[in-house]
Formats: sequence, structure tokens, C-alpha cells
Amino acid sequence: MKYLVCISRTPETTAKIAFTDGNTQFDKNGVQYILNPYDEWYALVRALELKEAGGGTVTVINVGTAENDAVIRKALAIGADDAVRIDTDPKSAMNVAKQISEYVKSNPHDIILCGKETIDYNSGEVGGMIAEFLDIPFVSYGEHLDIEGSSATVKRDIEGGSQTVKVNLPAVISAAKGMAEQRIPNMRGIMMAKRKPLNIVPAVPFEDAATVIGYTLPEGKSAVKMIDPENMDELVRLLQEEAKVL
Amino acid sequence: MVLVFAESKNGQFKKATFEAVTYGKQTADILGVECHAIVIGSADNPAHLGQYGASKVHHINNNALDHFSSQSYTAAIAKAAEIIGASTVIVNHSSTGKSLVGRLAVKMNAGSVAGANHLPEIKDGVFTVKKNVFSGKAIAEYKISSKNRVLSLMGNTLKPEVTGSDAPVEIVDLPVGESKLQVISTDLQQGTVAPLPEAELVVSAGRGMKGPENWGIIEDLANVLGATTACSRPVADTGWRPHHEHVGQTGVAIRPNLYIAAGISGAIQHLAGVNSSKCIVVINKDSEAPFFKAATYGVCADLFDVVPKLTEAIKKAKA
Ligand SMILES: Cc1cc2nc3c(=O)[nH]c(=O)nc-3n(C[C@H](O)[C@H](O)[C@H](O)COP(=O)(O)OP(=O)(O)OC[C@H]3O[C@@H](n4cnc5c(N)ncnc54)[C@H](O)[C@@H]3O)c2cc1C
Ligand SMILES: Nc1ncnc2c1ncn2[C@@H]1O[C@H](COP(=O)(O)O)[C@@H](O)[C@H]1O
Repeated sequence: MKYLVCISRTPETTAKIAFTDGNTQFDKNGVQYILNPYDEWYALVRALELKEAGGGTVTVINVGTAENDAVIRKALAIGADDAVRIDTDPKSAMNVAKQISEYVKSNPHDIILCGKETIDYNSGEVGGMIAEFLDIPFVSYGEHLDIEGSSATVKRDIEGGSQTVKVNLPAVISAAKGMAEQRIPNMRGIMMAKRKPLNIVPAVPFEDAATVIGYTLPEGKSAVKMIDPENMDELVRLLQEEAKVL
Repeated sequence: MVLVFAESKNGQFKKATFEAVTYGKQTADILGVECHAIVIGSADNPAHLGQYGASKVHHINNNALDHFSSQSYTAAIAKAAEIIGASTVIVNHSSTGKSLVGRLAVKMNAGSVAGANHLPEIKDGVFTVKKNVFSGKAIAEYKISSKNRVLSLMGNTLKPEVTGSDAPVEIVDLPVGESKLQVISTDLQQGTVAPLPEAELVVSAGRGMKGPENWGIIEDLANVLGATTACSRPVADTGWRPHHEHVGQTGVAIRPNLYIAAGISGAIQHLAGVNSSKCIVVINKDSEAPFFKAATYGVCADLFDVVPKLTEAIKKAKA
């Protein structure tokens, strides 16, 4: 079984969000970057568990510039066998998906795993896009994933509950909380990661259809109004008359 | 033309669907075109969508589409869009919609924005639309330069508005391929309250509750409000509450009208999933709890004392 895990780099969760160039560019100054938690904790670790149980290889793939090599090495330290970086600075989810699907066309994999979304742009589009480019099934928000023969069983989150589905492979599956538990890389993993292959491949040309033209910060919330704990009637009145939410 | 995919569950349209049709109609007005809706699978009274602004409803009721599969639904919606000449397709940013938006964009060769939460604008002839990014810490404006566009609409972006009357329904027969996906089981929580992503009122609690046995007061408060319950991550991680209640950066992101948080400190990763709520009430005994900074109203006291009092006050106001 050949597993391909799509990994992305995102600002660390407590990073200060600011913009430059007339609010058109994200300000990277002083920002720490991490592997996107959904990709790292769930997609990658589940692929490793399945490989450990049933054999195969786990390759991680990223579309990005050399800036991303540190987080790619982290994925190798956690246990991926090798890594691919498609060398371009993507400006849209579709570009990422286009690059990955082109790679898969010439390097077939049985299962393509991605995170449910990146924690910066919160789109969750890449997985479905890869699936459509390859014309294969896509199952989103997997909380459990098992492989049997040439099919995958996925328990997925749906509004107000969950659903278990079976799909034929190859398929794209996006990983949400529950699919696996975070693994911390150990010293041996970190040493070995240095020797594992990180293959840089050129990108195919792509024209973006949807791109960010500017950012704004949300309006500052007015200061909190403290309510006397003995006067919950007052809180209810404010919720009804001032906030108008009841 | 604008085409809205009208999601239904067990034949019923959800409130979010009416929001999407309302949004579709307003988008169509901005573009100076008509708004149609497409319904897939069994649905009670599709004509009703006309009241929210669809001037026509296309209904595909094909056995092969009984169960949702992103592949076959994408094929059906894209085909319908092509036939009726719709270049803008709108879906909900729900679990169903989220697994469609990317696929549809590829299929339709369209620029897409997932989770739009403002009406689009036309700026110098270019279609632009905004969404929250960085877990609500910023708003990004996208331009879509392609002819076709696909948007998924964030819940609670606008209120459903009845503006018209029932619309004509056209039964469409589209050939769709065999689904490569087989549904083994579906497990829906019982009860009548809205699932978290759609809930307008949410009552949430954290580690300050001390243990799962104390949740009765939270449930009582939720019950009088008709609210959905939620929790912080450590609460779900330790099994005090089910995982689907976990809100925040790594859980569900919500934007209800009212979010009441009891015994939650307000860590940045928690706020990431809730700070787009319209009104936030924080109950915490620590006046230094960071959550107060993000709150609209704060009550600094012991939650075991305050929560039952709040429940009583709401009962009284409702009586
Ligand atoms: C990468 C990452 C992702 C994360 N994602 C999430 C996420 O999605 N969602 C999430 O919630 N967390 C997330 N976390 C965890 C987050 O950082 C916090 O640890 C967590 O939110 C704290 O939960 P809490 O507020 O329930 O508990 P605590 O921080 O322990 O706070 C309990 C609060 O209860 C108050 N309290 C105690 N007793 C009482 C009482 N009797 N009456 C009133 N108040 C009382 C205390 O004053 C305190 O403020 C994430 C962390 C990381 C590193
Ligand atoms: N630049 C990238 N390179 C590789 N995979 C990516 C990249 N961006 C996003 N992904 C994958 O796609 C998922 C969803 O991303 P998004 O659609 O951007 O929210 C992520 O969790 C990753 O698994």
C-alpha cells in the first residue's frame, strides 16, 4: 500500500496576525511556523500506523518553497519514508491540488491523505480538488480510517452525527480529530530524517482563478460589560434588549 | 445565472439552506441575473425555496443519488449548471458543502472561495468576496477572475428572508455514474436542537466544571434556551463530553448569535473557534481569565452558583 500524505506549513497557533504592503501580504516577521496540526497529528500518524500494521510506504508531499523544508523534515522525523516538495509558491488551493494531482498521475498512490483544513486559511478545499483532478472518491472529515484489501472504511463527521462509508481505492481522505494521536519525534527519528530523501520537483504552469487581494482585521470588540452575579435578570434583559440575541 | 445547491436532510430543508438561497438571490441581484436552486434526492415541497428568492427549482431525484457522494453530486450539480447556464454556484459551508466546493471548482474550472461570510461585490468589474482567515483573526478579500465561480457560504452569515412565492419545480433527469462510495451506517444524535455548526445559541463549559457528573446545570441552561451544548478541548479529550462537542481551533468552528462559556479560561486556540460569535457571555471565577477580554458580557463568580441562577432568570423572562 502506498500512502501519500499532503502536508502544509502554517503559522503557529498563537502567532500575531499582521499584514504588510498595504494589507495585501501576511507579515511573516517573527512568526513561528509549524506543520498544520491536522496533517501532522492525524493524517500522517494514521498513515504510519496503517503502514506499520500492513506494510507499504509513506511519502509526504508539500507544494511550496525551500522555506518549508524544516516542517517537511519534521514529518520525516515523525516517520515518513521520504518526501517530495513541488517547488512553487502557490497562491490558491487549486494550484496546490493541481500540482499534487499531476505528481500522482505519474507516481500512483493508493491512498492520498490530507488534513481537514489548514489552520490559516481554513478552506478544506485541497483534498476534494485533488480527487476531482484524478476523478477518484473523496471522503472528508475522517475520524477513523481502516484499510481492507483494496477498499477503505472511513467514519466521517456529518452534521449532527457520523457516517461510516466504504470506498474503493485509490481515494482521497481528509483527516479530522480522532483519526490518530499526535506523535512526538524522538532523537533517533530526528537523526534519521536528515538522511531520508527530500525530492524537489518542478511545478507545472498554473493560472490562479481565485486569489487574495487584501486583508482586514476584525473590528475591535468593545470592552466587556461586567454583570453583578446576584443580578442575572439584568443579564437576561441585556441579552434581549441590547444584544438582541434572545 | 446563480445556482444554489439546496441541501436537505431526510427530505427536509435546513435553515442553512434558506440562508443559502437568500444569499444566492442577493448575489444574483448584485450580478443582475436570476437565481435558481437545485435539489438532489427526496425533498418535501421544493417549490417552497421560491419564497427565499429562487425563481425556479431544478429537482434531480435519481436513485443513484440517494446517498451523498462528493463525486456524483459534483457531477450532477456541474452538469445542471452547464445546462441552465449558471456560472456562479453556491453551496453551504456544511460537511456536505465543504466536500463539494473544491471538487465543483475543479469540475467547473472555477475560482472558489470556501466559507464566504459577506455578500460579494463587483469592484472595477471584478467579482470579490470575503471570508474569515487565521481562525477569525483576520478577514481576507478574494477576487475571482474566472468566468465560473463556486462559493460555500458560512452559516449564520445572514438571516433567511422570505421575499417571494413558491417557484416552479422542474424534474431533471440527469445520467449520473455509479457511486464508488457505499454507505455502511449513519448515526445521528437524537434530539431536536440544532447541530453545533448551525446552532444560533450555544452553551459551552470547560474544565472549571470539575467533572462530567456536574453537567446537569449546563444541560438545564441549554434546555431553557433551546441551545446546543459545546465544550473545550480538554473536556472532550478526557472523555467528560463527546468529541463532537469540542469547539475551537482543532474542533468545530462556530459563529452562533449567543455563546455562553462557563468555566473556560479562553485560551487562544479555544477563542479561534468561537470569537466570531455575535455575543459572548463568560462566566468564570477568575477575574484575570483571558476570556473576559473577548466577552460581550462577563460574570465573575462561581459557575455552580451563577449558572442555575441564569437558568431561573431565563425561565422567568420566558414565562
Ligand atoms: C495546537 C493546539 C490546539 C488546541 N485546540 C483547542 C481547541 O480547539 N479547543 C479548545 O478548547 N482548546 C484547544 N487547545 C487547548 C487550549 O490551549 C486550552 O488548554 C484549553 O482550551 C483549556 O480548556 P479550559 O478552558 O476548559 O480549561 P482551563 O484552562 O483549565 O480553564 C478552566 C477555567 O475554569 C475556571 N473555573 C474553575 N472553577 C470554576 C468555577 N467553580 N466557577 C467558574 N469558573 C471556574 C478557571 O478560572 C479557568 O479559567 C489547543 C491547544 C493547542 C496547543
Ligand atoms: N501547500 C501545500 N502542500 C501540500 N499539501 C497542502 C498544501 N496546502 C494544503 N495542503 C493539504 O490540504 C489540506 C487542506 O488544505 P486547505 O484546503 O488549504 O484548507 C491540508 O490539511 C493539507 O493536507
